[in-house]
Amino acid sequence: MKFLRRFFIRLSNFVAGRRADQRLREEIAEHLAFQTEENRRAGMSPDEARRQAALKLGSAEAIREHQHDEQSLPLIENLLFDLRYAIRMLLRSPGFSFIAIATVALGVGATTAIYSVIDATLLHPLPYPYPSELIHVQDDLPGIGAQDVGTSIPEWRDLESSGIFQSVAIAGHGADVNLTGGSQPERLGFKAVTPNYFAVLGVNAQLGRTFDPQDTTPGYNLEVVLSDGLWRREFGADPRIIGKELRLDNDVYQVVGVMPRGFRDQGSTSDEQNVDLWLGAGYSGLPFRPPQRDLRLNRAVVARLKPELSIAAAQAHLDALVASLKKQYPADYPAQDAWTVRMIPLSETVVGGVRQSLILLFGAVGLVLLISCVNVANLLLARASARGREIAVRQALGAQRTRLIRQFLVETLLLFLMGGIAGFAILFFSRKFLLQLVPESLPHLNDISINWGVLLFSLAVSVVAGIVFGLAPAWLMSRFDVNSTLRKEGRGSSGSRERSRARQILVISELALSLVLMVAAGLLLRSFWELFTVQPGFNPDRVMSIQTWLPGPNDPSADKYRSATQESVLLREILRRSRTLPGVEEAAVGDSSALPLGHSEPDPLPLVREGIEMSENQAPVIDSPIVSPEYFHLLGIPLLRGRVFTDQDVANTPQIAVINQAAARVWWPNQDPLGKRVRLRLDSREVSSSAQPPWTTIVGVIADARTESLADAAIPQIYRSVYQHPAKDLAIILRGAIDPSAIFVQARAQIQSVDPELPVFQAETLNEVLSTSLSVRRFSMEMVAFFAATALLLAGLGIYGTISYLVNEQRREIAIRLALGAQRGTILKMVLRRGLGLAAAGAGLGVTGAFIVSHLMAGLLFGVSPTDLPTFVGVTVVLTAVALAASCIPALRAMRLDPITTLHSE
Amino acid sequence: MKEKPDVLQGTLALMVLKTLDVLGPQHGYGIARRIEQISGDLLAVNQGSLYPLLLKLEYEGSIASQWGASENNRRARFYRVTAAGRKQLQAETSEWEQTAQIIARFFKVKAEDLP
Repeated sequence: MKFLRRFFIRLSNFVAGRRADQRLREEIAEHLAFQTEENRRAGMSPDEARRQAALKLGSAEAIREHQHDEQSLPLIENLLFDLRYAIRMLLRSPGFSFIAIATVALGVGATTAIYSVIDATLLHPLPYPYPSELIHVQDDLPGIGAQDVGTSIPEWRDLESSGIFQSVAIAGHGADVNLTGGSQPERLGFKAVTPNYFAVLGVNAQLGRTFDPQDTTPGYNLEVVLSDGLWRREFGADPRIIGKELRLDNDVYQVVGVMPRGFRDQGSTSDEQNVDLWLGAGYSGLPFRPPQRDLRLNRAVVARLKPELSIAAAQAHLDALVASLKKQYPADYPAQDAWTVRMIPLSETVVGGVRQSLILLFGAVGLVLLISCVNVANLLLARASARGREIAVRQALGAQRTRLIRQFLVETLLLFLMGGIAGFAILFFSRKFLLQLVPESLPHLNDISINWGVLLFSLAVSVVAGIVFGLAPAWLMSRFDVNSTLRKEGRGSSGSRERSRARQILVISELALSLVLMVAAGLLLRSFWELFTVQPGFNPDRVMSIQTWLPGPNDPSADKYRSATQESVLLREILRRSRTLPGVEEAAVGDSSALPLGHSEPDPLPLVREGIEMSENQAPVIDSPIVSPEYFHLLGIPLLRGRVFTDQDVANTPQIAVINQAAARVWWPNQDPLGKRVRLRLDSREVSSSAQPPWTTIVGVIADARTESLADAAIPQIYRSVYQHPAKDLAIILRGAIDPSAIFVQARAQIQSVDPELPVFQAETLNEVLSTSLSVRRFSMEMVAFFAATALLLAGLGIYGTISYLVNEQRREIAIRLALGAQRGTILKMVLRRGLGLAAAGAGLGVTGAFIVSHLMAGLLFGVSPTDLPTFVGVTVVLTAVALAASCIPALRAMRLDPITTLHSE
Repeated sequence: MKEKPDVLQGTLALMVLKTLDVLGPQHGYGIARRIEQISGDLLAVNQGSLYPLLLKLEYEGSIASQWGASENNRRARFYRVTAAGRKQLQAETSEWEQTAQIIARFFKVKAEDLP
């Protein structure tokens, strides 16, 4: 208390600049007068009395100093002095200050930019209350090498009643639904979720309510919750929307709520996160299949743990539950499947595949920051030699070393803070432009913001960097030897050897760091190039796709496109009309998994082969696109053996399938796959006479094509004909000299003239799709390349500065050599050798570092090994060339030195 | 001449408080003189350090000061103890007494007193 009171009085004195000098002076005078009087009374002469009094009191000046220290806050006062001095110093050499501040601004600004992305994605992945309780439950069958196979409804009920979770919800991955009743049928993205879904996430509606968690309606409960975006876009933010009826896939749903504006759904893709509406579903009545233990739904299971349970403890309980279920239902869980259930923090599943890219970017930008800090430290050291005299004079006048270090540190901190603030300001004002560079497929793109936390981050980075990189130069600067410096009139000083070694170490580390970055950039560039030029196995040129969605009402018997026969009438008419569109040469139809390159989550089916019969639970899974006969020819995927589908293969002719080479290699190794028979599970809506799906015969083998992912050469696929298996999510694929801007309206008119209730959406060229699928890779490659170029520039500046400095230090020696008859070429070589030495040391260190880093980023590479020799050699050559070029300027200056003027001026 | 011992660090504040408590408001010189007198001129107050100490005590709220006229009609700054200062004095006095007693016991101790 007392301490605080004293502190506040001192603080207020300090702030107000209040002084008690007058009072003290009076008190001292009065004191002396009393003492003098007493001394005189004791019999001293007046002069002697006054002298003794003053002696007894001590130095008045010292008392005043003391009094001043007591009255104010000397530490802060000194800091202000230092600050004022530092500002004067910065203003005195504006060129130096500008370069230093700009360098720091570059480093801190770039780091802050990447941090703001990471802040929105990796650090705050889940915008829900108590996010650490949220769990993604994943079923694996390691025995047959299957991961994330989905859960079954009985298992879900077991989890609900297990006592481990507060609640467990099932959510779809995001699918299409057709909203009719407006001016145009519209395709919307929806998720079918169990009614407790929002309770699990812990988010409530902004208007109305979410689903009742206790609702146990078996199929869809015919309630719909809207997203804020859809509510504003489609319904003009109508406040009386609650209770209105919506026609979705020909069923009538009632709007019960609207989610809040910032609500973002869980899921790893932007399709999953930006859902338009949610439908409540019990997953166990029509249109879903009756619940069965071995019927796994390809859905996400999201659960909220009981608050007192750790993940490890919960996993132990879960393992026990799994073990007892296996004992209870041995037929459903055969031992060879080795069924396991894993809990994964939900936060890990939402960031998904971009985590590695973001960490790489952050690492790269961290290196740039490091290099820019090293550069500034280097500049500071260079300036130290110029300031040797000033420092020596101040030391001679009695400045303490700690005091000097503190002052230099204040100068450095000021530089770094100004750099940091400048960097942040540039970032803040260019954020709109920068956000356009970020690929749209990045999750949480809309959450990226330059907020207070980001500002705090950039200030903290500046201060820490300032202290770390200011201490060493400050320490070295304070080590000037007073005598020799003053005697030599600042020509050089005994500390300079130490400082020049420090500078060389800094330059070497700069070169090494930039080599690491350049190797990373080089490898990414090569990977990207490999991917970009890889033969996709299909021809994307002049191909466009347009999507539509056939409504699937909850009651399958109300579906007018229920059977393949019913649907084929529609499809044949759509294809016939599409071929008449301007420019169209070929047309084909496929479901969305037939659309090349990741348009949907693949929904693989269990593959049961004849001769190796097993239950669906144990069967390996395989991607199974559904296509029309023209598909392979249109995409230029060659047939290798057998035949493809024809228009005559229809519902009542034998079931046939076409596989790719990869499937043949994996499932029928060293055998002829033609004529082999498989069973594939039917869609729940398909009409089937028997319980077992019919045998399907393989009639053809096509070449592998990278339709799933450009990076994967061969994923096994089995194709079936759309005339034998109806599909709801349709893509109409067109080839020809098509006008991409006009085709959407033309195609929509044709499709809707066949059925006006069909939504038409997403017209795009296949080349666009290809390019989008590479967007995250392109983004990280471009960023790392940009950082590497920056690093190279900074390193070049660093080596230039150091060599110039060395030449300057040695100009006397060089002049003497020249005067004694040294060849100018020899001088040039001598200086260049110094530069080359630094470059070699930096490259050596850098190659070692790059080797480690390139192995860490192996997962991001494609078609190029982490130890790719051309990249390493090329980068080293570039770095050495830049280092040599940067040393050339000071070397030429050294060569042209005029010995007479140089020696005279010393 | 034998050097007079300087006042122990930290005890000067206690002496100032006690002096002001016993003698009522005093000016700086008076306090210094009184401390020397009370100690039987055995102690020499470092008069220079007295004034910063007075300022510190005043900031801590133990004493208060105001201008007044001295016995020979000079303008002087008079210091007096506040209620908080008196409380502090009491607390520190009993602490000191306790310490002094303990030390005194140690000095009195003889070998035969110990079991």
